[in-house]
Amino acid sequence: MCGAVEGGLSLDGVDVAKEAVVQGQVTREGEPVGNAYVRLLDRSGEFTAEVPTSATGHFRFFANDGEWTLRTLAAKADVVDTKVTAARGSVAEVAIAI
Amino acid sequence: MSREDTLVTTQWAEDNIDNDQVVLIEVDEDTTSYDKGHIRGAIKFDWSVDLQDQVRRDIINKEGFEALLGKNGISNDHTVVLYGGNNNWFAAYAYWYFKLYGHNDVKLIDGGRKKWELESRELTQDVPERTATTYTATELDTTKRANRDDVVAAIGAKNLVDVRSPDEYAGRLLAPAHLPQEQAQRAGHPPTAANIPWSKAANDDGTFKSNDELTKIYEEAGVDFSKDTIAYCRIGERSSHTWVVLHELLGYENTKNYDGSWVEYGSLVGVPIVLGDERGEA
Repeated sequence: MCGAVEGGLSLDGVDVAKEAVVQGQVTREGEPVGNAYVRLLDRSGEFTAEVPTSATGHFRFFANDGEWTLRTLAAKADVVDTKVTAARGSVAEVAIAI
Repeated sequence: MSREDTLVTTQWAEDNIDNDQVVLIEVDEDTTSYDKGHIRGAIKFDWSVDLQDQVRRDIINKEGFEALLGKNGISNDHTVVLYGGNNNWFAAYAYWYFKLYGHNDVKLIDGGRKKWELESRELTQDVPERTATTYTATELDTTKRANRDDVVAAIGAKNLVDVRSPDEYAGRLLAPAHLPQEQAQRAGHPPTAANIPWSKAANDDGTFKSNDELTKIYEEAGVDFSKDTIAYCRIGERSSHTWVVLHELLGYENTKNYDGSWVEYGSLVGVPIVLGDERGEA
């Protein structure tokens, strides 16, 4: 099985049919930002999860159907909020520029 | 305990890197995080190996804890300073562990690895060499640890604090959203448990909120501090964060951490479960 998404993280080993995947990449002036922190906030703004980005700036969440907000924190950068809609059986790709 | 006894700042940690009395330990959910870079002089505990019995589902026993600290060159009189990613979840779990086995001179770096990184402080891949010691632990302190029977008995009688995210509490998710959701156990929460996510206690940079803010959060959520409190989450790390808040920062010594947490409770046959956002009746 090869579920790799062009330009994104490999989805090998992930049963996408059962998951509402939210993933993407954090960049600064076009360059990937590793060790940024991306947090997933639910529809009420409550914290649900947080991950540091990989060396290539990538992150991934397994969410649920609905509206979510991604809040990105990085050294020497302002906080960036990005809205995203997730749905089970699909992958929401999000590009975040800080 | 008090806030000053429990927390140190990132600046304090940097100032004490070369202090031989201090042992810095990184504990992360992502156990490869240390290998990619850590505070100079820090050693690593791998929670999945060092802090879990490798046969039974349990914490390591007294002899195992003694061996772990001994081989890492930690003495009974060292000041242990813990930090990690995920807003110190796993560092807080290790902190609880040190308290369970009677090592009272233990502290957390407020904000953990995230704050250290956001402040662009130095990380290194150099692994320090430490000389082994002989460490002597006390017997496990069961006043700090709840088991499944304690939780069932607490329904409608004590404070049950579910520190998972609202979607996990309601049964819409089975795990934190950075992990795959497929699980064997049932979703939901025990009747009468209050949902006070651990994250309410933390600022965006991972530091703990002030004691006044923390007291207000739990009181407004209906926690009656005249009663005993049990905190739980999915596998006991996030609830260790809340245990640190209630037991250490706010000084409520009648607080226990249920490390079996939802993975155990949600797998028990015949115990009551409530689905949805309401607490439910006992």
